Amino acid sequence: MIELLYLASAVAFIVGLKRLGGPKTARSGNRIAAAGMLVALVVALVDADIVNWATVAAGLVVGTIIGVWGAIRVQMTAMPQMVAVFNGLGGIASALVAAVAVLEADLSALPAQTTLTILISTLIGAVTFTGSFVAFAKLQGLIGGNPIVFTGQQVVNASLLVVALGAGVLVMADSNPDVYWILGAVALIIGVMAVIPIGGADMPVVISLLNSFSGLAAASAGFVFENNALIIGGALVGAAGLILTIQMTRAMNRSLANVLFAGFGGGDAVIGSGEMSTKPVKRATAEDAAIALGYAESVMVVPGYGLAVAQAQHATRKLATALEDRGITVHYAIHPVAGRMPGHMNVLLAEADVPYEQLLDLEQADPRLPQTDVVLILGANDVVNPSARDDSSSPIYGMPIFNVDRAGTVIVVKRSLSPGFAGIDNPLFYNDNTLMFFADAKDALEQTLAALRDV
Amino acid sequence: MSVLIVGITVFVLASFVGFEVISKVPPTLHTPLMSGANAISGITVIAAVTAAGLGSTAVVEVLGFLAVATATVNVVGGFLVTDRMLQMFRRPGARDPGKETSPK
Repeated sequence: MIELLYLASAVAFIVGLKRLGGPKTARSGNRIAAAGMLVALVVALVDADIVNWATVAAGLVVGTIIGVWGAIRVQMTAMPQMVAVFNGLGGIASALVAAVAVLEADLSALPAQTTLTILISTLIGAVTFTGSFVAFAKLQGLIGGNPIVFTGQQVVNASLLVVALGAGVLVMADSNPDVYWILGAVALIIGVMAVIPIGGADMPVVISLLNSFSGLAAASAGFVFENNALIIGGALVGAAGLILTIQMTRAMNRSLANVLFAGFGGGDAVIGSGEMSTKPVKRATAEDAAIALGYAESVMVVPGYGLAVAQAQHATRKLATALEDRGITVHYAIHPVAGRMPGHMNVLLAEADVPYEQLLDLEQADPRLPQTDVVLILGANDVVNPSARDDSSSPIYGMPIFNVDRAGTVIVVKRSLSPGFAGIDNPLFYNDNTLMFFADAKDALEQTLAALRDV
Repeated sequence: MSVLIVGITVFVLASFVGFEVISKVPPTLHTPLMSGANAISGITVIAAVTAAGLGSTAVVEVLGFLAVATATVNVVGGFLVTDRMLQMFRRPGARDPGKETSPK
């Protein structure tokens, strides 16, 4: 009976994930998966020989309060960080479970495969924990987004790996619990070291990969406790996270290895960015933007992370409505990696009630650009950088972009001329048909909307 | 078959199911999907309650409590935040958020 109920929750996870993949079924899919989780938890509470009910209950209550508080309080713009935090906590939970198994059981009495899965669960869980929190800190701006690299980094990292593997082998051979704790501590350091050299722009890929890891850590814990529901749930997430990660790197036209090891995505290492920035740009005011937009026939909005930071989704929608009232066609061009996560822009614009059919993806939007009168770029940078098309020496060369320089007029709303998250200068800003509107996206849109009334 | 072999079999088959189920998702839904999958990885809460329930020493109790609490944050927060995101995806015409509780 217990096994059958676990099977039911595993089926709920599969059906839930499947339904999460379609816009119409996604919300019910999430609820089906949540129901499956509830069933699994209740079964586990009934089935396990729990002597310490107070500890279990306290953990459930505290975890629920923090989870509800975090989920309700987080703003839509900070979603990537929130997922990173939740993910890191899931990872450390698997590692802690493995640690309890070490404390409770005599390692020398355990079968070799159980010890091995304890070690795997600890290693992956701990790496997921610290890695996710470094990703959180980078996205939240607690530490700089630039890759942190230093001389001898590879040597240090290789040594850490050797120590971790050596400790693992020792535990397997000697069943020495003291060495186990060394492995755990080294794994925590590896998580930090693995993520700090990766640029802030690549954090979504990192979070996605760590999401896959936390699934594998859970599956390993499933082997330790011989629980198929854990193995299935963990394996599903492991596979799902990996597929998502690969899709994200493909959208940037890079390989996973390049993302993880290239130290890409900061501002300091870019040669020539200083000299580029001294070139003249055409500055625009709200009035200039309003005139350009007000007399256009077609407008394409290209949103980026700047829109998210400025919470400008509602202001965007208001300006678009005003333009549509004047008979102007408005579309939104959504790049697969715009924002900090795939679909980030879709979530924000959906929050502002932008109709689905106005959102165009890369393949739909790009061919329309040569016939578009005005392109309005809101806090996007790398996804409209012509260097990706023209400059084979550019770090983002080959990434699919919106060729906005082929449109009539380009208005770039940006807080300053500083390079984007990937730290690369953008030749688009110096083009003759580009107007630079230096302002916070929300302020810029509100001023433009006000100015539009007089046009 | 030994428990280990059964476990490996289940793991491999579930991985293939994961690949198949996910590979046809539109980019729009990648963020909620990642968030939802992340909540499912909180399944480790099952192992956590089992481990916390053992509780023979103070150290085990503390670690067990932390395991249950962190896994629960992952599960509860993950599903709630995913639901909040998906709530924003309203279909054209379906303007009333109150009627969105049971989409088909």
